[in-house]
Amino acid sequence: MRTKLISMVALCCASFSAFATPQIQHWQSASGAQVYFVEDHDLPMLDVAVNFAAGNAYDEADKIGVAGLTHGLLDAGSTGLSEDDIARKMADIGAQLGGSFDADRAAVSLRTLSSAAERDAALDILARVLQQPLFPEAVLQRNKASMIAGLKEAETKPEHLSGKAFGKAVFGAHPYGWQTEVSDVEKIQRADLENFYRRHYSAKAAVVALMGDVTRQQAEAIAQQLTANLPQGGASVLLPLVNSKIVASEQRIAHPASQSHILLGAPGVARNDPDYFPLYVGNYVLGGGGFVSRLMEEVREKRGMAYSVYSYFMPMQQPGAFQIGLQTKKEQADEALKLVRETLATFVAKGVTEKELIAAKQNIIGGFPLRIDSNRKILDYLSVIGFYQMPLTYLDDFTVQVEKVTTQQIRDAYQCRIDPNAMATVIVGAPEVK
Amino acid sequence: MRIYSLLLCLLLAPLAQAEVFEKTLSNGLKVIVKEDHRAPTVVQQIWYRAGSMDEKTGTTGVAHLLEHMMFKGTKSVPAGEFSRRIAAAGGRENAFTSYDYTAYFQQLHKSQLPLAMQLEADRSHNLVISKQEFAKEIQVVMEERRWRTDDDAHSLMEERLMATAYQEHPYHNPVIGWMNDLQNMTAADAQDWYKSWYAPNNATLVIAGDVDAKQVFALAQKYYGKIPAANPVLRKSSGESPQLGIKRIVVKAPAELPYFIMAYQAPTLRDVENDWQPYALSVLAGVLNGNESARLNKALVREQQIAISVGAGYDSTSRGPSMFMLDGTPATGKTVAELEAAIRAQLQAVVKEGVSEEELKRVRAQVTAAEVYKLDSVFYQAMQIGQMESIGMSYHDLPKMLKKLQAVTAQQVQDVAREILQDDHLTVAVLDPQPLDKNKQAKGGAAHAH
Repeated sequence: MRTKLISMVALCCASFSAFATPQIQHWQSASGAQVYFVEDHDLPMLDVAVNFAAGNAYDEADKIGVAGLTHGLLDAGSTGLSEDDIARKMADIGAQLGGSFDADRAAVSLRTLSSAAERDAALDILARVLQQPLFPEAVLQRNKASMIAGLKEAETKPEHLSGKAFGKAVFGAHPYGWQTEVSDVEKIQRADLENFYRRHYSAKAAVVALMGDVTRQQAEAIAQQLTANLPQGGASVLLPLVNSKIVASEQRIAHPASQSHILLGAPGVARNDPDYFPLYVGNYVLGGGGFVSRLMEEVREKRGMAYSVYSYFMPMQQPGAFQIGLQTKKEQADEALKLVRETLATFVAKGVTEKELIAAKQNIIGGFPLRIDSNRKILDYLSVIGFYQMPLTYLDDFTVQVEKVTTQQIRDAYQCRIDPNAMATVIVGAPEVK
Repeated sequence: MRIYSLLLCLLLAPLAQAEVFEKTLSNGLKVIVKEDHRAPTVVQQIWYRAGSMDEKTGTTGVAHLLEHMMFKGTKSVPAGEFSRRIAAAGGRENAFTSYDYTAYFQQLHKSQLPLAMQLEADRSHNLVISKQEFAKEIQVVMEERRWRTDDDAHSLMEERLMATAYQEHPYHNPVIGWMNDLQNMTAADAQDWYKSWYAPNNATLVIAGDVDAKQVFALAQKYYGKIPAANPVLRKSSGESPQLGIKRIVVKAPAELPYFIMAYQAPTLRDVENDWQPYALSVLAGVLNGNESARLNKALVREQQIAISVGAGYDSTSRGPSMFMLDGTPATGKTVAELEAAIRAQLQAVVKEGVSEEELKRVRAQVTAAEVYKLDSVFYQAMQIGQMESIGMSYHDLPKMLKKLQAVTAQQVQDVAREILQDDHLTVAVLDPQPLDKNKQAKGGAAHAH
């Protein structure tokens, strides 16, 4: 992998005195798109992702679901290509078209062999998918029907029911809490997709990530080829602010499952928040650190009450959720919930010990090379760095930022952000109230 | 945990075998090293040739339970300490149990490999199974079973399908074990399992990443070399008598949509050079389901709109028998019976008219490209080696299998469809969705098997 050596100030991990991060090249394409590129010729392949601020938080209040269907139908037909042509021609050259979609971001990705014939054919299709989508009426009707069926099915699943209630409780009327309902899908028209596309898939808003076996010159041409004919204009749309303080709530939703599915949390942290690192490192101790977190220790290791128990911050454009989750058999759900609440309260009140902080840093810093040991992982970092306008040195800075965190910063950050007495709590498959 | 089917991907062989090295220690531990110097990381995987298919009646789930107990301490490393030390070394770790094997892994910076090897070697022969730790962990496993299977309609249905399709072979039993067996399991059961199967001469150690094979062999000798070999347990072979007619089951569980699975008894790859059916079945799965415009999705989802989703899969490599499986969810207003008829029509079309050269070429192109893409994951390459060795084959077979796969003819695909896709070898399972509120009536008709 083409890399540069970075010296690291790692007091607790002397064995990793130096390691390499990928060398990120960045430029603006003539189309206006921002491009992030890592040149690497180890493997004869190329990964590409094109990202837009077009996730479901960009839906309009009376047209919920449009963002998702727009993204889903990009490969449903393009000028001169039916949806079958797109899938078949990609398969003919062994290329893989993919995508990802969340509240902030809609992305289309491609993995192809880098040999000229395959690469050119794959990029040609991707360019047409991105820039000339037809949103065929027949495919829209079919996808609407399957989406409606999927929503009805999801309404029977505890994970879906808890996630939905949790989102509403944490984010209120903010788009991060919106849920697509059957009635939303039913009224979506083809014109809605076209309008959303024109507004949110503009060249100026595009973030192109490229990783692999092409030269800088080729990468420049590819970025331009993929974005030159995207819609013009489309001023960036700002998301409304998330109300970061909520009042305590508890919803108990009946379900025949043998386990209760428990979620609790509150609005958390935005991507660019200066407290991100103290919160992130602290969460490793609380519920992020695999088998060694406090929640895991209390709930699973000491008492055998759950298979999975975790906590995380979802950093987004606006503060995403801070969430704790677990599943446990119904009869002991209240006991488990009480234990989780106590664990969280103690954590916020007292913070982490020096010993815990060192262990957290050892894992996060020592494990850093695992975050960037494949083309796929590096591509994902390029997309995130570009999309959230993080510094090009983000990967270089990461371990330094982690190393700088103190126990005091963690306690301050949690006490400022997380009020254990103001959590949104959802219990699906709740035991009968005594 | 649990790896059911890897479909085509297990058939994809490395581009170059040159950087794979192997050595067997005097205690029988086979050590395989795959050098890959792209990033300064390494993965250690140890594979024990003992999975749920080696369990006995009454103690199903013990292979997986023991996997959990392996994190609960040894004579010199207290409970929980294994995970704490790996975490402090910046590592990620876990384990998984399947029908065929149990495997443990750590991913770390290459400088931490000796630590991982020391800890893994230690628990391979010094495990302490205390009654207290067992009593807690069996509760964790029961929670895992509730979460993965009991409360998941599709998983529950797959479990019942396997129990119906296999009447003799231990694939009849779920990897996680039947709840009754978990409730009655004891620490002694776990201890017996550990004593029977956890020995260097029943294991394969795979190390892949930015390492030097010679140094790895020296480390392996240092940490694993002194562990004594065990007397091999007599492994009785299990079989399945020929199926004597179609089997159908209905599973009722909370859901909105019906779900449907067809599973045909199918051969497993045994003779890499001379078998042909497993390769032809892999290609058939690709023709039916290899991409969004492959036959099943194109005809049933896009054109006829009988299904919301439909799939086909086949895994040619395992210790036990295989199945060629199809599954799907009917579209709103369509019945499971209509979906079954539509799938059967697609299968009949292959039997009667065969497949086109163009379809074969497409499958080959995807296989070839996947061979390259695979190189982006050192972990996956190590998995492939470990799986092959654990099911009684060799990673040396992978390039041969790839060649044979690429040489499958249209005639072979048609022949294998005719020979294997027969009702007498078929098990059909249907999910009959039940309302969440039991007081409401189930929706009639849609899901009933005929």
